[in-house]
Amino acid sequence: MAERYSSFQPGSTLWLLQRVTAAFLVVTLAFHFFLLHFYNHAPEITLQGSAGRMDVPVYFVTMILFLATAAFHGVNGVYNALVNAGLDGTPKAVVKWGLIVAGLALVGQGIRLAVALAGVSA
Amino acid sequence: MSQTYDRGRVESFGRWKEFTAGMWAWLLHKFTGWVLVGYLFTHIAVLSTAIPAADASPSAIADGADTYTTTLQGLESILLVRFLEVGLLAVAVFHILNGVRLLLVDLGLGLESQDTSFYVSLVLTGAIVVASVPTFLEGAV
Repeated sequence: MAERYSSFQPGSTLWLLQRVTAAFLVVTLAFHFFLLHFYNHAPEITLQGSAGRMDVPVYFVTMILFLATAAFHGVNGVYNALVNAGLDGTPKAVVKWGLIVAGLALVGQGIRLAVALAGVSA
Repeated sequence: MSQTYDRGRVESFGRWKEFTAGMWAWLLHKFTGWVLVGYLFTHIAVLSTAIPAADASPSAIADGADTYTTTLQGLESILLVRFLEVGLLAVAVFHILNGVRLLLVDLGLGLESQDTSFYVSLVLTGAIVVASVPTFLEGAV
């Protein structure tokens, strides 16, 4: 009989969203690493190069979705790991809202950054 | 058919010799997840130098004298940062491969070969990371 290890309650909405975002992130994270470390090289990064990529609408949208799904997947993963480790009561509520605010702030800052990059006049 | 398993507190590392492959997979997935989410916040903070840099003069941007370019190229010139990037690659590749394994398990695929698929994830991670080392250290050593 196969044993099953997970920090999530199978079948819950958060469990499902964690899987859906995981499937998207498998592709986008691999693409991100390949594009910025193998096709382009990280030591040669410039504002002009980053701005040029962000100026392409499909890349811009993909990066925003990448960040939003990564932020959700990461924050949801941390929350469930802590709940799984016994977090409960008031600390659980504080951590939950702290993580929500941190996740939203991260995505907001990422959008600001993407907009700034896309607006650079090459 | 899978079943939940009362693993006790995995944080009791004193009994690590008793850990099964599934326990190690769970533990490594959790560890790599913590590293990746921590890195994500750091990554956005560093890349945010693009916000003030976007206001630099066109000639400064063309010359690579803006804050974003100098910050990132400065970091990339540090050998330790290059090694940390190799570590990040290892963490990301394992999390991806083990994550695919978990998605397949959730779909009911490969339930009886979970140990094997975990070991395959580890070996593939090692192979990809070793093959990537020359690219990641290029120009730094």
